[in-house]
Amino acid sequence: MKYFTRLRVRRVYTWRGKPLRFNRKLKTFEYGSLSIKVDGLPRTTIINAGQHILIEGEDEDNPYVAKVVRLFGDESGKQKKAVVQWFARVSEVPLSKLKLLGREPHPQEIFYYQGRSCDDEVNAESILRPVQVKHLDGPAPFPDSDDKDTLFVKLSWDSKTFKLVESAVVESASEPTPASSPPPFPKPSLPPSPPRSPPAAAPASRGPSRRALPTPDPSIMHRASSGEVRYRRATMSAGKASTAEAESLHSTSKLSASKCLSAKRRCSSASTPGVRKKLQLNSPEKMTREDLVDHLLDEELESVMLAQRLSSSPPQAHSLPHSLTPLSKTHRAPSTPLTHRLVPLTHRLTPFRKTLGDPAGEDAAHLNPSDSPPSSAREDSTRAATPSRKKEAKTPREPALAALAEVDNENSPMLPSALTPRSSKRKSAQLVSSRIRKQLNLLENHQLSDSDGEEEDEFVPSKKELQSSSEEEEEEEEGLDSEEETVGKRSRRNAAGSLTPRSKRKTHVSTRTPRKTPNKKITPGTPRTPRHATPSIPSRSLPARCPGNVLEEARARLHVSSVPESLPCREQEFQDIYSFVESKISDGTGGCMYISGVPGTGKTATVHEVMRCLQHAAEVDEIPPFHFIEINGMKMTDPHQAYVQILQKLTGQKATADHAAALLERRFSNPAPRKETTVLLVDELDLLWTRKQNVMYNLFDWPTRRHARLVVLTIANTMDLPERIMINRVASRLGLTRMSFQPYSFKQLQQIIMSRLNKVKAFEQDALQLVSRKVAALSGDARRCLDICRRATEICELSAAALVGMSHVMEALNEMFSSAYITAIKCASVQEQLLLRAVITEFRRLGLEEATFQQVFVQHQALCRVEGLQPVGVSEGLAVCQRLGACRLLLLEPSRLGVLQRVRLNVSQDDVLYALKAD
Amino acid sequence: MNMYPQRKYCLLKPISARRLFNTGSRHRWLSRIPAKTQTSHIMSKRKLQDAHLPVGECITEVQKILRERLCHQRLPDKPEGVEAQHRHLLELLKRTAIHGESNSVLIVGPRGAGKTMLLRCVLRDLLEDKEAQKSLLQVHLNGLLQTDDRIALKEITRQLHLENVVGDKVFGSFAENLGFLLEALKKGDRSSSRPVLFILDEFDLFAHHKNQTLLYNLLDVSQSAQAPICVVGITCRLDVLELLEKRVKSRFSHRQIHLLSSATLAQYVERVQTQLSVPEDFPDTKFAQEWNDSIKVLCEDKSVEEVLQRHYNSSRDYRSMHMLLMLCLSRVSVARPAITPADLLEASRLCFADAKANMLHGLSILELCLIIAMKHLNDLYEGEPFNLQMIHNEFKKFLQRKSNSMYNFEQPVIMKAFEHLQQLELIRPVDGSSAKTQREYQLMRLMLDHSQIMDALQKYPQCPTEVKQWAMSAFG
Repeated sequence: MKYFTRLRVRRVYTWRGKPLRFNRKLKTFEYGSLSIKVDGLPRTTIINAGQHILIEGEDEDNPYVAKVVRLFGDESGKQKKAVVQWFARVSEVPLSKLKLLGREPHPQEIFYYQGRSCDDEVNAESILRPVQVKHLDGPAPFPDSDDKDTLFVKLSWDSKTFKLVESAVVESASEPTPASSPPPFPKPSLPPSPPRSPPAAAPASRGPSRRALPTPDPSIMHRASSGEVRYRRATMSAGKASTAEAESLHSTSKLSASKCLSAKRRCSSASTPGVRKKLQLNSPEKMTREDLVDHLLDEELESVMLAQRLSSSPPQAHSLPHSLTPLSKTHRAPSTPLTHRLVPLTHRLTPFRKTLGDPAGEDAAHLNPSDSPPSSAREDSTRAATPSRKKEAKTPREPALAALAEVDNENSPMLPSALTPRSSKRKSAQLVSSRIRKQLNLLENHQLSDSDGEEEDEFVPSKKELQSSSEEEEEEEEGLDSEEETVGKRSRRNAAGSLTPRSKRKTHVSTRTPRKTPNKKITPGTPRTPRHATPSIPSRSLPARCPGNVLEEARARLHVSSVPESLPCREQEFQDIYSFVESKISDGTGGCMYISGVPGTGKTATVHEVMRCLQHAAEVDEIPPFHFIEINGMKMTDPHQAYVQILQKLTGQKATADHAAALLERRFSNPAPRKETTVLLVDELDLLWTRKQNVMYNLFDWPTRRHARLVVLTIANTMDLPERIMINRVASRLGLTRMSFQPYSFKQLQQIIMSRLNKVKAFEQDALQLVSRKVAALSGDARRCLDICRRATEICELSAAALVGMSHVMEALNEMFSSAYITAIKCASVQEQLLLRAVITEFRRLGLEEATFQQVFVQHQALCRVEGLQPVGVSEGLAVCQRLGACRLLLLEPSRLGVLQRVRLNVSQDDVLYALKAD
Repeated sequence: MNMYPQRKYCLLKPISARRLFNTGSRHRWLSRIPAKTQTSHIMSKRKLQDAHLPVGECITEVQKILRERLCHQRLPDKPEGVEAQHRHLLELLKRTAIHGESNSVLIVGPRGAGKTMLLRCVLRDLLEDKEAQKSLLQVHLNGLLQTDDRIALKEITRQLHLENVVGDKVFGSFAENLGFLLEALKKGDRSSSRPVLFILDEFDLFAHHKNQTLLYNLLDVSQSAQAPICVVGITCRLDVLELLEKRVKSRFSHRQIHLLSSATLAQYVERVQTQLSVPEDFPDTKFAQEWNDSIKVLCEDKSVEEVLQRHYNSSRDYRSMHMLLMLCLSRVSVARPAITPADLLEASRLCFADAKANMLHGLSILELCLIIAMKHLNDLYEGEPFNLQMIHNEFKKFLQRKSNSMYNFEQPVIMKAFEHLQQLELIRPVDGSSAKTQREYQLMRLMLDHSQIMDALQKYPQCPTEVKQWAMSAFG
């Protein structure tokens, strides 16, 4: 990735070759491969089914990794889709779950994704390029490779646990069959054998592709391969990573077989009912006539293969519900000018070709060997047992190809060696292409028409590259271990190599311009923080004691933090929020809701409860999975930190506020594959207020975006917050979905306590009623109510009573609600009381509620004489005054003003007089 | 003797030495606990060796013991007059430490009422429990030191030794620290995490932090199923709850422990007596007996009772009492090996002495005359501000009447004296008056009360009679 610049790169996506088959019901064509042409570059990349690819995601530095299962397009050819098997990057696994790994994830590590929450159908135009994926055994160390383009798979991730994954699942090339074994003609036909019980998927991705293989123009082939060689050399030579070249083409039959297995397995695990259903639905449609024929032809071979396959384990979820989605992309031309050069050799699918309006017929004349590679490669790959093999002699490749093609068409198993050379030069090609691209980027602007670009592409990569490629090959050969393995190895090679020629075919310039960023890894933790700091409180050596008696039990249950089984008295609110969020999730739309209510009325608790229920519903597949994140205005240091926190909770990325805002903006405004609905809870919304209100604006604007799938629930205390603090454009976006939580009535409070106590008999009924009535009258704050009850149990415990009675509750209420002022005045020293009295006298004399200390002091001395006390000095009087000021019985000006400071009472005069009189 | 280091080690183990030193004097008492047992053991040993020490040594020992007590270096064995509060707080903290129950509580009381002493006693008693001692983490914050949430968060992180602390440095920005701490607390749960005790001294000052972020978060943790924490606030403001924002307030448990002493005079005198008495295990029993008897006699003295009554009327808090007793104690010497009523009277006189009046004693005659002129102006214009020119005129009138050239000063000299008075803050410029006005026309106010001036004149050494008369006459 690092070779790409951040410049936007235009990619042109073209089907390579004729459709392999046509699904009549869904009106989709299936293709064997896709070529990606990067605008301004001479080289094209070819993506075949079974190859590992990078898919554009929100994070430019870490595009999604997946394996292509199937490629298909709609009738019009405008829409290109791919069914993929996802891999999860380290960064895609929630931080909390990463701990399950029990070790530091390797930066290049990816996980075979077995979760169900991702749509495995993606727009083919989001494919960036192929990537190498290498399987490692569980205990094996990660190779020290600085090759950023090789990813490693050890484990699978099903969104809950990590499991070891077998290499066969990951590496398409690693076939159990010995390399030398005759390549069974992997065919399009459906194997009748029982293991394939869900047969549907098989035909779709399989047989026809071979047949439909287009013949690349030799010159293009040549160029492409040479380019790739170069690239490959650069990247692979260090790591010997030929094994890692995971994406060599599968034989289609293998693919389908594995698909069947996986489908079967899934059914049994019942983990993906949805998927299974779709699968079955689709299957019949995919069985075309051609398939059946192929099927028969291949039956024998298949049965052999099957046995091997079965032993070889984990197929993945390849068969996917792609056929269900109507394809409706329009901005792309269905067939490209260049496609006609690709001529399928022995094509049974010709009618499809026509439907595509492919002018390829003319090109059929130069049937080129080069088009055969894909198919042969596939066959080879089925046999390739050893992933670790190096590719070999490239020399024979060009000539051989021609022959091969023929052979291939005849379904002859043999031939592989010829293909080998071509093998994955992909890497080197990419390297070259990236270099070239850099240069061409400048030119890009000048290329006004696509065709111009094309031509340049075709002519630029000259012999030079060719030479370099051959050099590469030689080097590679040196690295080869032995010739025995060659066949298998070659086949892998071929598989990879075969990709390249196709890429050349691409003609369209796609309208989309994926932007590439240089690979700058986001390191965990900012440089300033110690690297592996994990936030945690040390755990205690002795476990906390459990409640011993009824009162302690009651106290534990009454603690605000104890989560009740259900929230009584908020059923209506719960229902409203639930249906709001649920409808948004199942519609895949977005929306805002504003929830208001005074503190302690259960707003946050209700939303959490709703989320718990929804998450449970999602787990049992009642609704699509969604992502719940929560921010709290009070738990951030600055409103703009909201962006940072949202981003971090969504993706685990750390970023500055501005950057995070930009990333989120992109995430919510761009369509992306694999998008789940996000439910965002914004607590204490009023704290997010800024002068320009841009934080609030964004929070409410995102849900209105078409692709955002964002549901925002906001919580604040005041009902009219939108009107009071929000400017119009913000309030308008918040919308009118409002809900207000009324303070609890005494009955509700009582019910809340009862439900929490849950039959623990600790309170007298009257006592409960007293508490709830008192609290309901004051605030309706459930927290207060629970705290009082808790305090009452403590008082009860002290008095050694068995049940909390009225007296205990009264005492608790007094403690919590009575003002301390009167007691404080009663407990004040004589001089302090005198001073208070002097203050009141002086106020009365002045008729004002304010006096200077000097004035009060005169009164004070007079009062001292009346009381028969020795008059105090000014310093002492001031000290008395300051003491009262510290308690806030008096309000004082700063003490540097000395005798001139002004004095006010902080309590009502009546209270003071009452307290003094009672004395 | 060998066992002391070991005991000390045991007691200090849960609190690293570093924290002790870093968190300031408020926690240094923890280290005193072993010291106390240590001294008592030393004493008992000495008692065996020789029961009679030279008087000088006894006096030194008494002074050492009493000073520790009066300077709040050592905790009383049990707090007096606040048993109920002590029990309440101890129970509360015990539940946090042992049951992992989250709580929040405020200790409210006037300055010097013994709030911190109470908390320290409770902690000392709590930590005697091995189980609590092993699990409880403490974080001590002071509103005067941690003046904003940024500093407070760093301090919390440092005292908790979270993993973003390296050495003594806390890494990360404010937002990161907050996130880190919240994440840490969120990860914990009631039964398995060590409970954390947050002690917020000068709690009211935390309420002035922006948005009350720290308080909200601490109290929110204490009300949710996260790591068990107990937030103990110490404040002298009775209206502290009104300072809390409504959301913060709702999350506070509303437990308040009020320390309002309602001691009677008799109790006050008794408290003085116990504060001055030496403990039973004093090395020289005979001297201790004599000392304690003398203290008892002292407290029964009529004049002493009057003095104490006056102090009692003025304030009942420990701190002012300790101040008084400290002054008495420092007059004890080998020559006068007991506190006499005269000592107490003298100490009391010092305590009640008027600071401003004392300052007047040091003024020159000219400055004093200016003050008197100002006093007359104050009388004349009922507290309206005046300027140097007016004062000078007033002074000149006095000089003309007396026709004594002795006080004839040049204008610059008077100006200098005037400035000196301003520096002493006996007068201060009126707030609004701009610095632009010429100095002699700048409006000023007198910061003294009449009584202070008259007091000072009475005591002023060799005050000229005409000046005295001028001061006392009704008119300038």
